[in-house]
Amino acid sequence: MRPALWLRRSRAVSTLRRGVWDDNPVYRQILGICSTLAVTNLLVNTVVMGLGLIFATAMSCWTVSLLRNVTPKRVRMMAQVLIIASYVILVDLALKAYLPEISEALGPYVGLIITNCIIMGRCEAFAAKNPPGLAFLDGLGCAVGYTLVLLAIAFFRELLGFGTLFGYPVLPERVTLWTIMAMPPGAFFMLGLAIWFFRTIQKPREA
Amino acid sequence: MTQQGAFTIFIAAIFINNILLSNFLGMCPFIAVSREVRTAAGLGAAVAFVMTLTSGLNYLVYAYLLEPLGLEYLRYIAFIVVIAATVQLVEMVIERTSPVLYYALGIFLPLITVNCAILGVSLFMVIRQYSFVQSLAYGAGSGVGWALAILAMAGLRRKMKRSRVPAALEGPGITVILAGIMALAFIGFSGMVPM
Repeated sequence: MRPALWLRRSRAVSTLRRGVWDDNPVYRQILGICSTLAVTNLLVNTVVMGLGLIFATAMSCWTVSLLRNVTPKRVRMMAQVLIIASYVILVDLALKAYLPEISEALGPYVGLIITNCIIMGRCEAFAAKNPPGLAFLDGLGCAVGYTLVLLAIAFFRELLGFGTLFGYPVLPERVTLWTIMAMPPGAFFMLGLAIWFFRTIQKPREA
Repeated sequence: MTQQGAFTIFIAAIFINNILLSNFLGMCPFIAVSREVRTAAGLGAAVAFVMTLTSGLNYLVYAYLLEPLGLEYLRYIAFIVVIAATVQLVEMVIERTSPVLYYALGIFLPLITVNCAILGVSLFMVIRQYSFVQSLAYGAGSGVGWALAILAMAGLRRKMKRSRVPAALEGPGITVILAGIMALAFIGFSGMVPM
């Protein structure tokens, strides 16, 4: 078998691909969109939030999967929440120590990674039944897919709302800024458009 | 900020700083459960109740347990445990008193635990350094505001059933856009109370 073909067929790659594209958490499953909307007015915040989420999701899925055979069924939700909360505390403390300004700007949204349904959903739907390696990749894929859509939304919101990208002004002075893009309704509109766009270009499939 | 009266905070949490439309919290059940007015009303009431209760409980836990012991960084874990316990309680009460509502809400009842709006209220309350009464008012106001938003959305979506929407935009897509228009309307309230 040719290596390219093998790669495409391997379980690891398909697990990753499903999270990033086929079953993307944002536009396919409509999960975890609270923070999608809240942190996407500036690209910098989005990048930091995305990295934090990728770390927390991948590590939580890995840990949940490691412990899957010793976790009693009745308390598994509680166990998962505690595992997730531990990793989120790590992210929160790291941000406070190294990036205090961004930590301030993100406010409660870092802590809210705990209740991000993507993590909970992946732990419950995949990590609880699959080996640690695959669970890690699954969490990684979903979190990366999530972050990519977030970045796309943030790109347009920052560009149209503030006329900047990563804080650097890129639009000429005479362009009228759409302040609404930096405000809450802009987030809703951009997300709606993103869902529309991605679902249109994605091959239709039976739901 | 901390000098505001409890009533002002209550009203502001409903209209001006609506937890859903301006802080984007509790979106998942908002999108998923807003298809019918009845279930939306049931979930809205449950969320409002849990929110009021947990904001009070979490205030007590934070002010009398975590702060004196210097364990503020454990607040995520402490808050989520309090919330999970409260939701469990509400679940048992609803199952006993109204089995119909219990089955209508189904999986979304336990999922209130991971409703970010509930945890969000507790975290905002700590960040804004509210007192006990202010926290209760903020929790109740946010709960009522959330219920109001999901009810309005359920009403809108009933009308939307008869409209033609591009296929890829159907369901969640158009719901999010509707929420955007609602958020736009709620911006009209800002400035009513200085926040």
